[in-house]
Amino acid sequence: MKKEFKVIAELLPNNIRVLDVGCGDGSLMDLLIKEKNIEARGLEIKEEHVKKCIYKGLSVIEGNAETELNQFPDQSFDYVILSQTLQAFYSPEKVLKDLLRVGKCAIVSIPNFGYWKVRTSLLLFGKMPVTKTLPYSWHNTPNLHMCTIKDMYNFCAEKDIKIDKILGLHGDRTSQIKKNNLEIKNLFSKIGIFVLS
Amino acid sequence: MENVKKLNISKSLLLDCKQTVKDFPLAYETYGKLNENKDNAILVFHALTGDQFVTGLNPITKKEGWWGTAVGPGKAIDTDKYFVICANVIGGCMGSWGPKEVDKKTNEPYGLSFPVITIRDIVRAQETLLDYLGVEKLLCATGGSMGGMQTLQFCATFPNRTYSAMPIACSTSHSAQNIALNELARQAVMADPVWDKGKYIKKNVQPKNGLAVARMVGHISYLSEKGMQEKFGRKLQERGDYDFSFNADFQVESYLRHQGFAFVERFDANSILYITRAMDYFDLSRQYKGGLTEAFKNQKTKFLVISFSSDWLYTTKENKDTVIALNAAGTDVSFAEIKTDKGHDSFLVDEPEFLKTIKGFIDSMHIKFKNEKRI
Repeated sequence: MKKEFKVIAELLPNNIRVLDVGCGDGSLMDLLIKEKNIEARGLEIKEEHVKKCIYKGLSVIEGNAETELNQFPDQSFDYVILSQTLQAFYSPEKVLKDLLRVGKCAIVSIPNFGYWKVRTSLLLFGKMPVTKTLPYSWHNTPNLHMCTIKDMYNFCAEKDIKIDKILGLHGDRTSQIKKNNLEIKNLFSKIGIFVLS
Repeated sequence: MENVKKLNISKSLLLDCKQTVKDFPLAYETYGKLNENKDNAILVFHALTGDQFVTGLNPITKKEGWWGTAVGPGKAIDTDKYFVICANVIGGCMGSWGPKEVDKKTNEPYGLSFPVITIRDIVRAQETLLDYLGVEKLLCATGGSMGGMQTLQFCATFPNRTYSAMPIACSTSHSAQNIALNELARQAVMADPVWDKGKYIKKNVQPKNGLAVARMVGHISYLSEKGMQEKFGRKLQERGDYDFSFNADFQVESYLRHQGFAFVERFDANSILYITRAMDYFDLSRQYKGGLTEAFKNQKTKFLVISFSSDWLYTTKENKDTVIALNAAGTDVSFAEIKTDKGHDSFLVDEPEFLKTIKGFIDSMHIKFKNEKRI
């Protein structure tokens, strides 16, 4: 189980309704149902992942989050989760607004392009960074809009999106990110988890 | 029809056309056994030209049942494990109350005096069968095409009668294109002079030519353009050159003629009129006064909607619209599109990805249903 999923599960209250956008094979949904008695639904674009979810008895809709979030009514979920996919959309802003329309709150995690290894890789080797959290080469990456935790922080401020909490993840360590430690956490976190409303 | 099980429906049923009927036969078949916990019953709804003989040898036609690819011992819907029920729709011709049955009032076959029935009438008649078989709550209700429409109607009309539902390759209302194709089939039947306003039935003949054309129309719509091209192309039928005639030179012609004329041996022409009409009238949103959300509200049923990428009769878009409506009503719904070239017919043929998906869904639903019943 990914550490990130455990952190997300801990952020959520029990017995709520959650939509997991880009739910993959349903590992997070499984965790939320078992540990938090959460009513979980998924939206997933990959056919083989959709089938895996169905075999597990999870509720999943095959579809593209970029174009098909409109099928969910306003505020029909307590939380909507988007794990490490925001950067892959053509219009992250549109998706983010849709997440907050469908859910009362949203949890959005991003691979942090501001992480020091990413920065040094470009600086020292002059090549696009390839790391564990960003395993793709420049020519085959699905990530169209890479950003840093700081970028996301500023973006939310600009778009009047309320940030309830930010967590930085580095390996097994989790830390809370505030305005006063943003610079340093932006350097040392591999993943940023934003709770938005 | 000696090998046909029939239930006499004695309670009165108010049809959508406002006629009340009672004491009519519903022909059905079952496979497998209902277990002690009664958590393994699956109701299968057949499509336009199907019947209650889902799998194994059809005792009337002596052919393999229409869903033998999916249902049977060790199959995706495993009859060693599940109790599968299927009824012939009213309006049909495999033993259920339909236009070729004898009207007790006149002692003659109904023909066109049979009332125009709807999908809701069809489904309501079948609910009685569940009572008779002692099934309080189904594990799953499922069917493809018109069987899928019955599945949706069943869930809307009887929201607590099934734990899960799998509407396959269908829609919540018939599109203009589908009505047009059905009208083509009906006109083919009615243009046959033998049909004689449906009175052929009293003379013990069949408007075979018209009915065969109606079936050919259907068969074209069940395949995809690509699938048809791959299967037949321009291949000639058992000849090296054109015949310079109107014989079936091309394989595709030969296929359609074969399908058309094999069909007339087992089906009643008036039944085609009545059942296609029921499909055309199907419109859940109209039934629930303009709101599909209304049709599916208070629904605890867990849905899996399945579409096929090359189906142009009930497109993925239409199936997704059903999903949107179910979502809007807040129901528990899953959706999968099976990528295939086999067109609308995909649910009837050996399509491994489809079969794996339905097996995965039903098996996982059975585990959940069992657990829920235990609590």
